[in-house]
Amino acid sequence: MTTPNTYSAGPDEDGRFGIYGGRFVAETLMPLILEVERAYARAKNDPAFRADMKHYLTHYVGRPSPLYFAERLTEHLGGAKIYFKREELNHTGSHKINNCIGQILLARQMGKKRIIAETGAGQHGVAVATVCALFDLPCVVYMGAVDVERQKPNVFRMRMLGAEVRPVTSGSRTLKDAMNEALRDWVTNVEDTFYIIGTVAGPHPYPMMVRDFQSVIGHEVREQIMAAEARLPDSLVACIGGGSNAMGLFHPFLDDPEVAIYAVEAAGRGLETGQHAASLTGGRPGVLHGNRTYLLQNEDGQIEEAHSISAGLDYPGIGPEHAWLHDTGRVTYVSATDDEALEAFQLCSRLEGIIPALEPAHALAHVMRAAPSLPRDHIMVVNMSGRGDKDIFTVAEALGAEI
Amino acid sequence: MAATATGRLDRRFELLRAEGRGGLVTFITAGDPDPETGFEILKGLPEAGADVIELGIAFTDPMADGPAIQAAGLRALKAGISLARTLDLVRRFRQGDDETPIVLMGYYNPIYSYGIDRFLADAKDAGVDGLIIVDLPPEEDEELCLPALRAGLNFIRLATPTTDDERLPAVLANTNGFVYYVSITGITGTASAANADITAAVERLRRHTDLPIAVGFGIKTPDQAAAVAAVADAAVVGSAIVSRIADNLDAEGRPKPGLVDDVLGMVRGLAEGVRSARAAR
Repeated sequence: MTTPNTYSAGPDEDGRFGIYGGRFVAETLMPLILEVERAYARAKNDPAFRADMKHYLTHYVGRPSPLYFAERLTEHLGGAKIYFKREELNHTGSHKINNCIGQILLARQMGKKRIIAETGAGQHGVAVATVCALFDLPCVVYMGAVDVERQKPNVFRMRMLGAEVRPVTSGSRTLKDAMNEALRDWVTNVEDTFYIIGTVAGPHPYPMMVRDFQSVIGHEVREQIMAAEARLPDSLVACIGGGSNAMGLFHPFLDDPEVAIYAVEAAGRGLETGQHAASLTGGRPGVLHGNRTYLLQNEDGQIEEAHSISAGLDYPGIGPEHAWLHDTGRVTYVSATDDEALEAFQLCSRLEGIIPALEPAHALAHVMRAAPSLPRDHIMVVNMSGRGDKDIFTVAEALGAEI
Repeated sequence: MAATATGRLDRRFELLRAEGRGGLVTFITAGDPDPETGFEILKGLPEAGADVIELGIAFTDPMADGPAIQAAGLRALKAGISLARTLDLVRRFRQGDDETPIVLMGYYNPIYSYGIDRFLADAKDAGVDGLIIVDLPPEEDEELCLPALRAGLNFIRLATPTTDDERLPAVLANTNGFVYYVSITGITGTASAANADITAAVERLRRHTDLPIAVGFGIKTPDQAAAVAAVADAAVVGSAIVSRIADNLDAEGRPKPGLVDDVLGMVRGLAEGVRSARAAR
């Protein structure tokens, strides 16, 4: 594959990043998808829309989130200088709210009266339920029955916020099935409903739109690291399920060749066991949920179940732009197992007083592997995409502790 | 789009016109509840009165289907169906029936995974007449639609209540065989459209195309099928037939004796409804 002149210009007008992306949806949804695309194109250049975004991100979400030098972790690992981008300090406890503010403002502008969403770990569901409460719109969140069970605190939070959580019992009863069910709802209620997709996947324009809304993360990091170190970082690290926190951090740096970029997939019980969620490492290109991307699938093109201790990474696909960045080699995709993530979860909690979500614990697991052998002047920025309060039951069970 | 393909679909709709009646299009998922029982049903459909057969390609994630067809796909996959074996079923069917059109209906990924060129060659060779692929709107015509037309297969398009007059020409541009009108905004096997809405929709489509128009989604009974066949060129029944298969499974999901006869008996009832429609008008 030839090296493109820029990595940040995509997608093309058909919503493609190379061969990935596109608009693989039922005809019923197609007119609406095109309407969302037009509405977003208008909003993106509308000063009033941008001012609204800025207002809510500043005063409601609490942006900018800090860029914090993790001094004790840096000392402990004895190599690279590690910074955390503190997305876990956002209102609702993760990066998911950045995108939800953008999409709910767009839904309002389009005159939609009802919001639906899918959620895995519940972080996106909580963020959607939050903005629906804020803007007084009815909200239905689809969540796999397995995830409802393992993410009880978030289920309760969504209900407190006034959302209806519908457990999904079809298929493997996790995130991919929640997305199927949300799409079925959307096909049925296409006239009045807006679907707030939580990650950089789905039909065009969603991968682009969610990326744009999350890119506030990377833009802030650029400014903050310049203020702290007077230069760009040497490397970026983020975990990746669908890939929205990673895309948001990476995108503003894609055309800076001196910045190495690492994304960490969930290797579950180990890549060799087949029980993992590493679609780039263990999958191949296919079409699901409106886009072409790498998917975990069998030889007949049937989608396989993903596994990860982290419900937020437990998805058999990945955003199409990541698939393209993988093929072009701009981003290096690595993986971390459940056990490695658990170890990083505990280390970060003890050394920094920050309990990370299990999702960024995968990114930290890579940091633990990579940082010790790097020079002390190597600046590494890790996206701390969510806080771990929601995961304490899962972690306690994995460690054999009782709560 | 002109010149078609195997011609079975064109011949069948010409025959229906000559007989002055609407047709019955039946949907079953290939390999449901298992490949052999599914084949017995498939084989019996023409005699029971199916004018066109839609054969579903099982898929793990059928995002436009309701619970009945979701369950049918999972039953078939569990019993070992695959796209290759689905084509084998068509090949076996063709040994005894060279007239009844068979349209494969499903989602893109199994075909993409199989390989487009290889799939089109094998499907044509097996005796498939056309394709309905739910997640390939006209915006993605380069993927499969145009190659399929070039290979001499019909590519049937779904039109829906949200496909407005401005968009219809694009939807009808690269299509032939017939147009499948999805009569509700929703998934298969759920709500039913009002007859007046169906009549209006068919009239609207006829202003844009001379292709035969089949109407589906939510048609469950002989009376409903008859009402649709009175105004459209054919009525499509899917979830109701698939549910009838499910009704004839034991607690372990194995077919009870008489399953095939019961399902075909139901199809016979639908066919009688459709055949009586225009006469009663």
